[in-house]
Amino acid sequence: MSKIVIDPVTRIEGHLKIETVVEDGVVKEARSTGNLFRGIELILRGRDPRDAQVITQRICGVCPQSHGVAAALSLDSALGLSDKIPANARIIRNLIQGAHVAQDHILHFYHLAALDYVDITDVAKYEGGNSALNSVKDFISRGELGPFVPRYEGDYRLPPEVNQQATAHYLEALEIRRIGHEMVSIFSGKVPHSVGIVPGGVTARPSVDKIISFLWKLRRLQDFIDNTYIPDVLAVAGAYPDYCEIGTGCKSLLSYGAYDLEAGGADVTQRKRLFTPGVTSVDLKPGKLDISKVTESVKHSWYQDSPSARHPTRGETKPDYDKEGAYSWVKSPRYEGKVYEVGPLARVAVTYANGDPVMKNLVDSALAQLKAPPSVLFSVMGRHLARALSAKFIADSMEKWLLELKTGEPTFVEYTIPEEGMGAGLTEAARGALGHWIEIKEQKIANYQCVVPTTWNASPRDDNGNPGPIEQAIIGTRIRDKSNPFEIVRIVRSFDPCLACAIH
Amino acid sequence: MVKEVPLVWLAASACTGCSISLLNSASPTIKNILIDQIIPGVHINLRFHATIMAGAGEPVIEVLEDTVAEKKGEYVLVVEGAIPTATDAMYGAIGERDGKPVSMEIRLEELARGALAILAVGTCASFGGIPAAAPNPSGCKSVREILEAKGITKPLINIPGCPPHPDWFVGTVASILLTGLPKAEDLDDNLRPLAFYGKLIHENCPRRAYFDEGKFAKKPGDEGCLYELGCKGPITYADCPLRQWNNGTNWVIGAGAPCNGCTQPEFPDLMSPFYEKLKDVELPVIGAYWSSSKGEK
Repeated sequence: MSKIVIDPVTRIEGHLKIETVVEDGVVKEARSTGNLFRGIELILRGRDPRDAQVITQRICGVCPQSHGVAAALSLDSALGLSDKIPANARIIRNLIQGAHVAQDHILHFYHLAALDYVDITDVAKYEGGNSALNSVKDFISRGELGPFVPRYEGDYRLPPEVNQQATAHYLEALEIRRIGHEMVSIFSGKVPHSVGIVPGGVTARPSVDKIISFLWKLRRLQDFIDNTYIPDVLAVAGAYPDYCEIGTGCKSLLSYGAYDLEAGGADVTQRKRLFTPGVTSVDLKPGKLDISKVTESVKHSWYQDSPSARHPTRGETKPDYDKEGAYSWVKSPRYEGKVYEVGPLARVAVTYANGDPVMKNLVDSALAQLKAPPSVLFSVMGRHLARALSAKFIADSMEKWLLELKTGEPTFVEYTIPEEGMGAGLTEAARGALGHWIEIKEQKIANYQCVVPTTWNASPRDDNGNPGPIEQAIIGTRIRDKSNPFEIVRIVRSFDPCLACAIH
Repeated sequence: MVKEVPLVWLAASACTGCSISLLNSASPTIKNILIDQIIPGVHINLRFHATIMAGAGEPVIEVLEDTVAEKKGEYVLVVEGAIPTATDAMYGAIGERDGKPVSMEIRLEELARGALAILAVGTCASFGGIPAAAPNPSGCKSVREILEAKGITKPLINIPGCPPHPDWFVGTVASILLTGLPKAEDLDDNLRPLAFYGKLIHENCPRRAYFDEGKFAKKPGDEGCLYELGCKGPITYADCPLRQWNNGTNWVIGAGAPCNGCTQPEFPDLMSPFYEKLKDVELPVIGAYWSSSKGEK
């Protein structure tokens, strides 16, 4: 028996440690530890409710727009505005979040995950005329290779010319994701930490110049997703076929759905959304979602035990670093008391399971290219593929939404802050199901609880001792070389963890 | 011979928004910053940045510790995020030593002692920012507070903003490489480069004429000055209205939203409620808030 400790896990957002116990080359135990507590939920208490969307965006600089949407939805419901949001505002929120999520998926594959599979040092052998690659070649020849070495060694499988092309795509993706942020900025002022989404609607009015500028930036994103991103994911999956089988995890998937397609009531599970709310599993059969069955456990988290396994509307955050048996700042969200994975795989699978024809076509044709059954979705490569398909599904939907905007029509509905109120804001951040719950008393925030995608995925054991999704995905994995545990980091990164989000 | 300038990027109590903002740098691009000679003959050797570096675990902690030993007095330390200090600083840890987590406070102290200069990037590192907001659950402090408490007197430059504009960081680094560390007269009392933080938002705001005419927006989306909707532009130092954000695409007030004062040491507690009109501002004299109530500026 031996231990593998990886701290910090890099190329993710935030501070994560993964600790495993390995026996006969196979992981027997895994612990996921979130290493930074800020206490944003405590900071929110006593403040003006409207400030929630400003402060909760600061939970995460990678996905602030999704927190902005969740906060605005929770405030809309607490303020009684859910069915009154103007169409322009609903659409602009979708465009802000959609552009953000599409670029975030690109960032994840190329800038966070790709260096696990692509050997950039092969560019030293490059003999062609691509000026970007030649500048990388110069960079390598100067001999200072930070931040690209040190790294795990011994399992880079792509031929040199593919590594070179993938490096060119890494660089191109930097530009493309920046353009994605420009799209967000068109309607939301700046990124990160946008300002356009507010309770009651949005602050920006649609105008023709914004619409046409957004449209042509979107075209560049779509071109990259179709002709570079998806083919690259399929190529990497082809070169690393064992990663279509490992990292399966808990097999239960949950999605809140996202991108409202029409005005609706406070209960999002009843809304018509681009991604369907629901649950599913390896059978890919649709299951209904009942938000009242979401709870958070804290038995193995550094919080006082008394509020364990409560619904977020009654959730508490009382840090206790000295607690016996605890090993993470991440809480353990569960649904019906069971472990669920959230993320692009979950929202793609739930939407597929509900028979959405566009999603069915996307998934089926990608699987046909891989010559693989749907079960490969439940793997490291399955998550990468689902993320790429999620990017395409969103990007292709945005063009239609954009052309539904009506210049001169309202984008905001006025309101007064009630003495008391409760609200829930549920959406899908890039990394999965995101929920904000607000309670207002005396016109101030009395309680605010966030259950964030990586809270689900990087959660420690729950009150019943069941490991969280990332822990489960690592357990049972064979580690070929303990000094270069590629398997562990590849599995962890396939979830695209965000620890600032998870703990907040 | 290309000069390699080592740079270590330490993320502490942060949201990674400052790093993501830097990725959005348009000219130079982030590729130019990482790969190319940022100015002819000089390459920034980014030795440690947990969000983008290839390695993980102990080997990258070795890079961090080797840099302190081997590049003493040569490397630039960038800090993103505030520093948690409560409960023996155990609200935030990076890596292990002898099987025990090492606090962010200890990492900062060790790295700061050997640095050529320190750049506190973002409002959290500069002033405490969001995690230090009341009731400051993790006892977060700014880099300046930690350095002063430890008696570390290395040159410190604050580049605040939630997040900072990429040009503010890149411009500050380029200025160090081209002309050396800034002189006292190049920085304001909050150690911000005057080149970027020398003027109030209000001074250069395109909606300024509305303010002077008393035409105020009553709700988001209205024409007019956003002062009554809570704009903190009259008390916030930054060049956003001239520079614009995201490759010149837009900026906060351009999207019809009030400035929330994110480059100021007072962010967020004294800048909120964000959607309430400023109190105690003597109008219409520019900058009167600080000269009347704070005796600064």
